[in-house]
Amino acid sequence: MSPLKDVAQYVRSKAAGPFWVTVDIFCGDAETFERVRKAPSLSGSAVAALYGVSNNAVKVFEVPTLNVVKISFPRREPQGSAHDADSHAGQFFVPLLDAQIP
Amino acid sequence: MDAGSTDSGPYYLGAGVSKMTRKAVKRDLRQLMIGRAKLQVPLLVGSCGTSGTDAGVDWMAEICAEIAAEESQTVKVALLYSEQSPSVLSDYLRKGAISPLSPADPLTLERLQSCDHVVALMGYEPYAAAIEAGADIVLGGRTTDTAVIAAVPLMRGLPVGPTWHAAKTAECGGLCTTRSRQGGVLLTIHAEGFDVEPLDADNSCTPWSVSAHMLYENSDPFELREPGVILDAREAVYTPLDARTVRVTGSTHRLMPYTMKLEGAGAAGFRTMVFSAIADPKILANLDRFLDNLRSYLNGSIASVLGYQADKYDLDIRAYGANALAQPGASPPVSTPAEVGLMTLVTAPSQEVADEIAKFCNPILLHFPLDPDDPMPSFAFPFSPAEAQLGQFYEFRLQHVVAIDDPLELVRFADFTVDRGERHVAA
Repeated sequence: MSPLKDVAQYVRSKAAGPFWVTVDIFCGDAETFERVRKAPSLSGSAVAALYGVSNNAVKVFEVPTLNVVKISFPRREPQGSAHDADSHAGQFFVPLLDAQIP
Repeated sequence: MDAGSTDSGPYYLGAGVSKMTRKAVKRDLRQLMIGRAKLQVPLLVGSCGTSGTDAGVDWMAEICAEIAAEESQTVKVALLYSEQSPSVLSDYLRKGAISPLSPADPLTLERLQSCDHVVALMGYEPYAAAIEAGADIVLGGRTTDTAVIAAVPLMRGLPVGPTWHAAKTAECGGLCTTRSRQGGVLLTIHAEGFDVEPLDADNSCTPWSVSAHMLYENSDPFELREPGVILDAREAVYTPLDARTVRVTGSTHRLMPYTMKLEGAGAAGFRTMVFSAIADPKILANLDRFLDNLRSYLNGSIASVLGYQADKYDLDIRAYGANALAQPGASPPVSTPAEVGLMTLVTAPSQEVADEIAKFCNPILLHFPLDPDDPMPSFAFPFSPAEAQLGQFYEFRLQHVVAIDDPLELVRFADFTVDRGERHVAA
């Protein structure tokens, strides 16, 4: 097991409109992509628990041509609402860096 | 050229003001207008004034007229307004023509009327109509990022899927290149697809840099929803033509019922902030307990001294340096921070009440002890006065689409001509 930060090439997050966040995990090569896409720590339910959103709201996309796993979910606090601390969702990827990848 | 975004939050739409300063916008628009006059091509600017309200279009029109006069240009300028009044939209709501997008609930009249400004995102059609009517420059209200780029190719009959894909690729300029800060790109759309190359000779587009841009700020990596159409890039093939140019073929589209996305923001109170900081290692080693005690002491005192119950205001104390950006399911940090900045954010129904609560918190934030018997501490305040008014606070309230029969039915057109420094409105 290794944390995602030691496995992936680059991880980023960004708002996709005021109500959604999208996280792109660039794996770098096909072998790493296989490891990352199968990781239970990046399943829809694991991501939902991490970000405090409902299970069925999380969409996980596999983009094999880019060796990318893309995760999108509605944000718990809409952009700019009273308790939102990250308008652009630019730092949302950080807790995923510790996700354990088999 | 796309001049707007919701990225910086609901304030700009709610208040109807630009995020960018007038001088910076004027500098950029001047360059574009000088270029347009040389090339004699239409200049299209979407989402004027950040949020694309009517006031944003008028603001940009005034800047444009000033530049035309200063540069001695004779230009015909079309204005496209797509701000919507709640009374017009309430008719569509009654007809059942407004539907929610995930994760929103169905729209209610009350929620619609609670918005200070509502804009509908235009597609390419109003731009095409303005160009056909002879406009040199089109200044539009809220528009999808891609529609301003797609307008001319689509009105000339170029293939639909490749055009929207090309527009998505270039929407953020150089972001689809290997050196994203080194200027924009040139698109060539043709019968087979499109080619994309950077403007800067030292920059390059690669199949990877171009295909990866479909991911950017889009919740779906394969599809992009636009008014009346979905771009499907699943089968797209990215081929290098040379070391810096990529050809994209195989992008397809599906026609959909015509809808415009609605964005709306409404006022939700006023805010005042206090910022203070703690470096005392004893407090920082027990920060969660300290903050729990502080919050409950403040809430209790605000009720007993000021007479405001907790449902009348919001008090949010954020520990920057400790966990202000933490997500609910993330593991707590293992080490003790060296310093923590406390942002105390008060939201209340009026600026006076927000200020009053913040001023009341001030001495407590300065001297609150970890344990009742501790000698009185004093924490670090960087400002005098300690309170900073953040003014009116807005929320995004719409995540809906309105179904329409004609792409122009919710768009209002105006135009003017600048000739020898004079602005003339057409009769």
